[in-house]
Amino acid sequence: METPQLIVSPAPHIRARQSTAGIMWMVVTSLIPAAAAGVVLFGRPALVVIVSSILAAVLAEAFCQRVTGRRITVGDGSAVVTGLLLALTLPPELPWWMTASGAAFAIIIGKQVFGGLGHNLFNPALAGRAFLLASWPGAMMTWKWPAASLSWAGESVDAIGGATVLGLARQGFFAKHGVAVPYSQLFMGNIAGSLGETSALALLIGAVFLLAFRVIDWRIPLGYLGTLAILALLAGQDPIFHLLTGGVLLGAFFMATDYVTTPITPGGRFFFGLGCGVLTFLIRIYGGYPEGVTYAILLMNAAAPLLEKATIPKRFGEVRADV
Amino acid sequence: MVDLLLISFGAIFISNFVLARFLGICPFLGVSRKIETALGMGFAVIFVMTMASAITYGVQKLLVRHGLAEFLQTISFILVIAVLVQFVEMILRKTSPGLYQALGIYLPLITTNCAVLGVALINADPGEGYNFIQAMVNGFSGGVGFTLAIVLFAGLRERLEFAPLPKAMEGFPIALILAGLISIAFLGFSGFRLQALLGL
Repeated sequence: METPQLIVSPAPHIRARQSTAGIMWMVVTSLIPAAAAGVVLFGRPALVVIVSSILAAVLAEAFCQRVTGRRITVGDGSAVVTGLLLALTLPPELPWWMTASGAAFAIIIGKQVFGGLGHNLFNPALAGRAFLLASWPGAMMTWKWPAASLSWAGESVDAIGGATVLGLARQGFFAKHGVAVPYSQLFMGNIAGSLGETSALALLIGAVFLLAFRVIDWRIPLGYLGTLAILALLAGQDPIFHLLTGGVLLGAFFMATDYVTTPITPGGRFFFGLGCGVLTFLIRIYGGYPEGVTYAILLMNAAAPLLEKATIPKRFGEVRADV
Repeated sequence: MVDLLLISFGAIFISNFVLARFLGICPFLGVSRKIETALGMGFAVIFVMTMASAITYGVQKLLVRHGLAEFLQTISFILVIAVLVQFVEMILRKTSPGLYQALGIYLPLITTNCAVLGVALINADPGEGYNFIQAMVNGFSGGVGFTLAIVLFAGLRERLEFAPLPKAMEGFPIALILAGLISIAFLGFSGFRLQALLGL
């Protein structure tokens, strides 16, 4: 009779069927509504930005892996995610070659020099955006209102020019002219801004998709958006306005939730979101830029290893050595 | 009080000595492999920068009174700093031999840490017009800013320890790129209107 085989192996014994590539393509899927909204609102130039960003990111990834003699892994979708995320944070009419340089910077300096996927310390897409903002500040702050989106402004329409909603708020435009952008318009995204950040509706569809499949952890967006709303309330500002304008929804759900550049501990994640909220609010109101999501997340990326160290949970049954 | 807050916030975040003024890069790169040593270095720099600000304030006054500031300023500042560093070194060797060993050559090198000379020269700049207390706060906050930068940097570098870096990036190249990226992140503080935040 045959003796039963006993296979001894270390944990884990039960594995999820999720893979890195699977998750990356799910993130890409979740971003499709926002990208589509950008193209619908801003037309063909937005499509050029998206395509050139993704192409440049994928090519840069393949190039780096080729040069360093590693396996070429553009099929895992991570370069596509970076390229797409970067495109969604850019002004819709940015020239394709600026977009492509930003995407190449994001992949090469933001990710590949650190050893590739899983080892980058800053969110690559945001590193690319910060690089573009430092290199071509003029082009990076040229905004355009979608056609027929200015009816709320009434008489004062000529004073709007090329500013975003947050830019106008910063100049005191709304208080001065006694007008406001209707919530419905902010929610649909029929406003000036980066091509993928304006439509709250499209972003929320993607976010619900990611949360439902547990691709992202709710702690970070909750900490981020909650902190921002509470601070706005405390400062006597409109919290809904702060949540619907600028890039905070895009940042909170799709960038601050990046696995690699955020703390792995649940407590650390909450504090990560909290820090992002505080920094975003401070930069919006008192900083040198109308919007602070990019820098807030990058700064918290820099603090992520320390947050992680400070929030390691207590091991069960651990006894202090000195007792 | 408000002016001290402004100086302090400015020296830590807006014009951080390492990440915005690019001073003190040598110890920043040299002793940032471990958080503990980075913290030790940070505390040593805080002490030296604060004391250097205090003492060079008097030295500068003396030099100006005798009309010697033009050509004696740098050398006398460096002398003050060197003495302070020797002092720190003696204390550390006695009280914390482990940290003394870990800091190694970088401890005496605080003498040539341009952040320390930098803060002394900024304090002496008539354009800033700092009084004694303001100068000391600037020195202390400059040191705190240095500590913040080097501890953040060390935390990130510890994560890189097991990363499969490309061969050409190992060691200083990746540290320099990383320092550049942190500096880009700190651009977020540029143009910060602290007066508005404090309700002025």
